[in-house]
Amino acid sequence: MERRALFGGKLLPYSLLLPQFAIVVVFFYFPAAQAVWQSLLMQDAFGISTEFVWFENYSILASNPEYYKTMGTTAVFSALVAFLSLAIGLLLAVMADKQIKGATIYKTMLIWPYAVAPAVAGVLWLFMFQPSLGMLAKMLRGWGIDWNPLLNGNHAMILVVLAATWKQISYNFLFFLAGLAAIPKSVIEAAAIDGARPLRRFWTIVFPLLSPTAFFLLVVNIVYVFFDTFGIIDSVTGGGPAGNTTTMVYKVYADGKLGSDLGGSAAQSVVLMVIVIALTAIQFKFVERKVQY
Amino acid sequence: MASVILDKVKKVYAGGVEAVKGITLTIPNGNFTVLLGPSGCGKSTLLRMIAGLEHISSGTIAIGDRTVNDVEPAERDIAMVFQNYALYPHMSVYDNMAYGLRNRKTPQAEIERRVAEAARMLAIEPYLQRKPRALSGGQRQRVAMGRAIVREPAAFLFDEPLSNLDAKLRVQMRLEIRKLHNRLKATSIFVTHDQVEAMTLADQVVVMNGGQIEQTGTPLEIYRRPASKFVATFIGSPAMNLFSGTVAAPGQVALADGTKLAFDAASIDAKPGMKVDVGVRPEDAKAETGGSRETPVLKWDVTEELGATRLLHGTLAGEPFVLAMPADVTSPAKELAVGAVAGAVHLFDPGTGRSLRRG
Repeated sequence: MERRALFGGKLLPYSLLLPQFAIVVVFFYFPAAQAVWQSLLMQDAFGISTEFVWFENYSILASNPEYYKTMGTTAVFSALVAFLSLAIGLLLAVMADKQIKGATIYKTMLIWPYAVAPAVAGVLWLFMFQPSLGMLAKMLRGWGIDWNPLLNGNHAMILVVLAATWKQISYNFLFFLAGLAAIPKSVIEAAAIDGARPLRRFWTIVFPLLSPTAFFLLVVNIVYVFFDTFGIIDSVTGGGPAGNTTTMVYKVYADGKLGSDLGGSAAQSVVLMVIVIALTAIQFKFVERKVQY
Repeated sequence: MASVILDKVKKVYAGGVEAVKGITLTIPNGNFTVLLGPSGCGKSTLLRMIAGLEHISSGTIAIGDRTVNDVEPAERDIAMVFQNYALYPHMSVYDNMAYGLRNRKTPQAEIERRVAEAARMLAIEPYLQRKPRALSGGQRQRVAMGRAIVREPAAFLFDEPLSNLDAKLRVQMRLEIRKLHNRLKATSIFVTHDQVEAMTLADQVVVMNGGQIEQTGTPLEIYRRPASKFVATFIGSPAMNLFSGTVAAPGQVALADGTKLAFDAASIDAKPGMKVDVGVRPEDAKAETGGSRETPVLKWDVTEELGATRLLHGTLAGEPFVLAMPADVTSPAKELAVGAVAGAVHLFDPGTGRSLRRG
């Protein structure tokens, strides 16, 4: 069904669009353009003079092995967080969708983590897994695991993945729950009469009908892990140990803010922007086509 | 093919609400039974219990010679057509119909044969590769029926399948369902609140009210010999006229204003002096010429022209009354003497609402 508003002239629709457009320009296009411009400049070590250097920042970046490592870290981190938070969110939503006692409380509790600020979420997990004081760290050591995210890069990665996943599950859960509620009950009943057992029913009926929701969440989750997990990484590991949890967005911050390499940092953020735009475009082009029905 | 036998079936919901209050009913093999009643009478709940979608609180349901109380819907060997069709929106028409067969590991060749045959029968062959959203309401309805047919189940269950269609299509599909039944001879249970659907489709009509069966019978039995006031007013359009009266003499009932109507004393068990509710269908009431002082008089004020018939709305013996007459009679008088053949006058017990007809 198509719904469109009809306007007599052009003035009204454009003026209605203007406030939104202004916000996008001021907070998105302007900083993005500034980043692009900044990435073509280079400062001397003391920040006294600025020079236009064309693409030198990019070529430095391209020949920096550390940067490729960051890309790899980002890929692992993103894939793990997106997959885990989507899978667990879906699992919890399917469970919550069943008629059980206390379902409302259960649902409400599951939504809470989303309201926790990333840095706070990070600190929470940091405490639980702090090698000398954390409860869970003690438990792990009790099982004979030499748990130390401060020294072991893999442990640090597990920790930030857990924290980032935990925070995103709520969001995914909520959307999956709404998606499940939108599937007509009679379709599920028809499948039951058609001889499909619960598990088969889920994979042949429920999951395909949820796929538009899942696709939307995939796009949102990718953007989340690329950008919004900064707070968690900053508070839990600070990108360490030895750069093992430095994702691309964290490196932008580390090089620009801490390292004062504004040009190099700007070049990284432009690369990051291009990657996210490309990923989203690819998702829309190839995945979306398969999930429409 | 199998019979469906319900024995004292009850449904009590968690809050203590009794939706179905002990129903005993036999649907013979190959019979087309319609469960008819107003919304909330428990007819859909009953159907869903037969399908296995609702738990049976007490009593037993048997399909064929097997009690199915604790059998999963999938194992009951039934197929159901839902009110909103419940097609799988992400599957093509072909896959929608093949889904149930694939779940039962039917050989591929057999699936193709059955789907092709059902598609031909329902004239949906051109749409087999389409998705449900690309179909019209009537086509979706056919696909839903096709999905049931290919399964070749012991019984078909229909849950108000025509109520989402427009009036014209409903008439057409109604006829097709009946034709299909004549061909397949499959045991069918059809739930509806539409009396016309019940009358046209059913071998056996079960009129339900408040979770109980009011009357079971063929469409004509239900129409001609309603067992209660509820059935009398629910079946027939416009509804049967009802007014209170007193039995004056054997075969004669006096209305509130002292006028009298004759009834068939041989088939109706009513003693003189009894208070009764008198029922006369609008189409059974006749305008009479030259009645006596004791003939009831209809004072009408509004007419409704229905084409072939004309309805006169007014009052008779102080109660609202509708009379149906052929439309070709020119402008009847404002006050009409009204009579009815004795066999068309129904008497009901005012307390219980049951018919006073014998047997």
